[in-house]
This record gives sequence, structure tokens and C-alpha cells, in this order.
Amino acid sequence: MIKKAFALLLVVIIAIFLSVTFAKIPFGYPKTVVGKYYLDHGVKDLGGVNIVTSIVVLYRGFDTLGEVTVLFLAATGLGMVLAGLREKDEKKRKKTPPSLIMRTETKLLFPMTILFGAYIFIHGHLTPGGGFPGGVVIASAFLLMFLSHKKWEAKEKYTKITEALAGMTYVVIGLIGLYVAGSFLENFLPKGVPGNLFSAGIIPLIYTAIGFKVGSELTGLLQNLRETTE
Amino acid sequence: MIYGQVIFYGASVALFAIGLYAILVKRNLIKILLGLSLIEGAVNLFLINIGYIWGKTAPILSNKELLAHPSAKAVDPVPQALVLTAIVIGVAVTALALSIIMRIYETHGTLNVDKIKELRW
Repeated sequence: MIKKAFALLLVVIIAIFLSVTFAKIPFGYPKTVVGKYYLDHGVKDLGGVNIVTSIVVLYRGFDTLGEVTVLFLAATGLGMVLAGLREKDEKKRKKTPPSLIMRTETKLLFPMTILFGAYIFIHGHLTPGGGFPGGVVIASAFLLMFLSHKKWEAKEKYTKITEALAGMTYVVIGLIGLYVAGSFLENFLPKGVPGNLFSAGIIPLIYTAIGFKVGSELTGLLQNLRETTE
Repeated sequence: MIYGQVIFYGASVALFAIGLYAILVKRNLIKILLGLSLIEGAVNLFLINIGYIWGKTAPILSNKELLAHPSAKAVDPVPQALVLTAIVIGVAVTALALSIIMRIYETHGTLNVDKIKELRW
């Protein structure tokens, strides 16, 4: 009880200090100069209509490469931590088999969900979305199949190969930019008409690679978690 | 306009406080992880709030009007790009933490931090 009271007191004090600090930050007014620059020059520089995508993939492309690496490390770390961990008292746990509705529906939904994921990452430079959400949608399609079909699995060999190929594509595109345009991850393709599907240079290529990478990584991660819990 | 600060910054402060309380008081490891995720959400919300500008729209310049005067019509895109990064990292870190929790459950047979003797010092 006393512990809880102290914790509450601490939380209240921290909240008050945070509020006092945040009260000095005006809400709803422009704050950064760099954001204005990106907005004004983004379409001219890179040809992508979605400025957030342009920032993530090209202006701060190196940062995104590091982020993809962190994701890869976390997925590998999860595989390592869980390696050798298997459910021992398998008989004790009651399992309810998935119902007929679930099995039929997921079979129907699986290809469509993957198609939707692909749509999200291919249109990353035009609409909200991109490689990361698209990859997560693809992984959710696999999650549906894992939930409804006990025997069905994504072979680790294939997820690993897809992931490695997608990661290599990302780096190779960056290196081509270094060779052709003079700096790593520089745009070397024509910019096209802003708003068209084939525009924005290398943004769709990189986001497709990221979509495949995130999708296969998260699928492998789910597969790892599933092998240990079933 | 003061109410923006109160509502939007207040929401992120409240989320942060709830998450911190969960971390301090709860004894179950999974609940502690939930508290961490709440704090992460609070930080993401705060970053997005910082980038908002009254009366402006999303930084996707999909029509002519927006293309003509982007910075007069669209909000700050930089915090949104940062949050996009942070969300993905958050998912990965949560999955890794969950796997470590599964390991702890296997070796100790409990998720209660008070009962895990090796953590005491």
C-alpha cells in the first residue's frame, strides 16, 4: 500500500514537471526550419509527392538503413533467445482447434491481404504508407494462416533468403547511387511527373525492398514465436 | 490557443504517467512491458503533436493547390518521419522483450519479479 502511494506520488510529481515544461512549447505553430525546406523543395528535388516518404527514404536514407538493421538484429536476437525453448508439458494444455469458418475465411483472405500489403508499399511515394506498414500487413496475412492452420508453416529457409535478398537490394541501390550520382543512396533514376506511379526515382524501388524485408522478417519472427508456444 | 496544449500535450503526459505507474507498481513482467509500450506511445504522440500546425493538412502534396504552396498548407513532416522510424523499432524491441520474458518463465516458472530470486541484491 505504502509502495503504491509512493509510486503514485512520484508519478504525479513527474507529470507536473513534464506539464510545466510542455507548457512552454507552443502548440500548433511552425517550429523547424528544416521541415519547411523539405516541404518547399521536396517535390522539386526528388519528385515524390509524399514528403514523409521522401524524408525517410532519401533525405534521411542512411538513417533508415540503420533502422532496418536494428529490426534485423531484433528478429535475429529473438530467434537466438528462443532457440531450444520448447513447450514441455504439451499434454496438459487444452487446445481448441480453429473452427471451419476461420479456416475457410483465412484461406480466402490470405492472398488478398498480401496483395493489399504489396499495394501499400508500391504506392509509398503517393499515399500514406510505405515499406514498413506494407511489410506488417503482409506479416499479418501469415499470422492469420498460423492461427487457423496448425500444420501450415512458413519455411525458415525461404523467409531468410527473401530477407537477405531484400536487404542486399537496398545496399546495392545505395552503392549504384554512389557510383553514378556521387553519394550513397543518391537518386540516379529520372524523377518523372510528380503524382504518377512511376515517379520519384528510387523511392519505390527502395520501399519495395523494405516491404519484402520487413514482411519476411516479421513472418520469421512470428514463426519463431509460434514454434515455441505450440 | 491554450486548449491545444492542454488536450494534446496533456494526453501524452497522461499516457506517460499511466505507463510509468504500471512499471513501478505492477509485479507481472508482461504488465511491466505493457507499461513500457504505453510510454513509447506517449513519446510518439508527443512528437506528432509537436509537428502539428493549426489549419494545415497532411504533408502529401496530392493536388495542384498543395503543390503550389506546400509549406503554407502542410504540417511539419520531420516529426512524422521520426515517429515512423520509432514505431517500427518499438515493435521489434517489444518482440525481443517478450522472447526474453518467455525465457525467464521457462527458467523460473513465474512471471512475478518479486519471486525471481536472482534479481535481488
